[in-house]
Amino acid sequence: MNLSIDVTNNEGVSNVVLTGEVDAFTAPKLKDTLLPLTKEKGQVVEVDFQDVNYMDSTGLGVFISALKSTKEHESEMRLVHMQDRVYRLFKITGLTEIINIESTVQGGM
Amino acid sequence: MNTLKLDLENYKELLQEYIKTEDEQALYQAEQFSKHSMQQNISPEEIINVHIQSLQEIYPDMPRYIQSSMNFLLETMISYGLAYQEYQTLREKQLELKSEISVAANMQKTLLSTVKPDLSEIDVGALSVPAKQMNGDYHHFVHDGKGSLGIAVADVIGKGVPAALCMSMIKYSMDSFSGMRTDPSVILGSLNRVVERNVDASMFITMFYGLYNSNEHTFTFSSAGHEPGYYYHKDRDEFEEIDVPGLVLGVSPEVTYKQYEKRVEKGDMIILLTDGVTECRQGDRFIDQEEILHVIKQYSHLPAQGIVDQVYKHFERLQDFQLRDDFTLIILRRNV
Repeated sequence: MNLSIDVTNNEGVSNVVLTGEVDAFTAPKLKDTLLPLTKEKGQVVEVDFQDVNYMDSTGLGVFISALKSTKEHESEMRLVHMQDRVYRLFKITGLTEIINIESTVQGGM
Repeated sequence: MNTLKLDLENYKELLQEYIKTEDEQALYQAEQFSKHSMQQNISPEEIINVHIQSLQEIYPDMPRYIQSSMNFLLETMISYGLAYQEYQTLREKQLELKSEISVAANMQKTLLSTVKPDLSEIDVGALSVPAKQMNGDYHHFVHDGKGSLGIAVADVIGKGVPAALCMSMIKYSMDSFSGMRTDPSVILGSLNRVVERNVDASMFITMFYGLYNSNEHTFTFSSAGHEPGYYYHKDRDEFEEIDVPGLVLGVSPEVTYKQYEKRVEKGDMIILLTDGVTECRQGDRFIDQEEILHVIKQYSHLPAQGIVDQVYKHFERLQDFQLRDDFTLIILRRNV
């Protein structure tokens, strides 16, 4: 499976739409796209998980380094439209406590 | 040099025969000749050179333009020859690396080896199988001889060599804690600080640490974002998820870990695992936890090690004997 990453920038907000699977093969590409966005002070990075149905722990590693980078550069990251299977991974690892995550679109928000 | 000369003579004869008969047998011999040449590290342009020499000997009056075209071909092949040489060198290097990795894997095995404790009060089964040569899963037993058994199960995110190096660090830190307080929450807290200081931002470790007190039959535990284990209640014949909150190791230095305690009754089981077990995939289908518990139950009449071995065999079969992730499963059962 592949991962496509679409970035649109809009007045201090970067929208990152992911489609596909985040795993050991696609994670480096995601990291290369995501990390530079978090290095700008005040920037808000919103990652859309609507079309991500599988992510493994390598993917979590990418979001952990992105989170560390937002703290260092005073930017912000939030993850939206996350599906249950992927959310479970963030929940088990305790990351839901420290990352801003809005889980599944319930009843179509 | 002698063998090469012999081959030259051989090539000439083969060529002559083929031109005369156009027989397939000669073509087959030509194929054998090229295989043999490769074994002797003979480059493509050397073969062309042999071809030119043979032609000259067979047809002393060979037209000049054929001679020139042959020389032209010879020059064109030189880069291929170089590429072939490069390939040979890479192949040798690859073999070297392979043997170095297997030495490292053996070293890791020795470094991280742990002895499954033999206690009369509890029956212990444990199995850890790496998907690749190096194992990114880790489990460790610490038995204090006074009835206390510490069990650590961990998974380093990332696979292969970096994960294995990271594991060795964990193992050394744990060894340095021995003799200190063995509360699971304290151990995870200390490890978290070690990992946070020493690993790359995108790397992290999940760990479950439990302490079984075989005098009072209590199980005390904490989790650092580790895959939830299961608790089997013998009296109700029911499984319960051991799902306790806790952040993975290495993300934030200030984290503290909560500690939980359970009373263990006779026949009850504690099942600890890594996500290699729950992330088993059969084609595109994921194995859900119900299936894992079902398999455990199916073999629950066996000793703990027997159950663990059977569960592994079951999932190995499901995945066509190709593990995608390291697999670790530990089962403890109260005997008396």
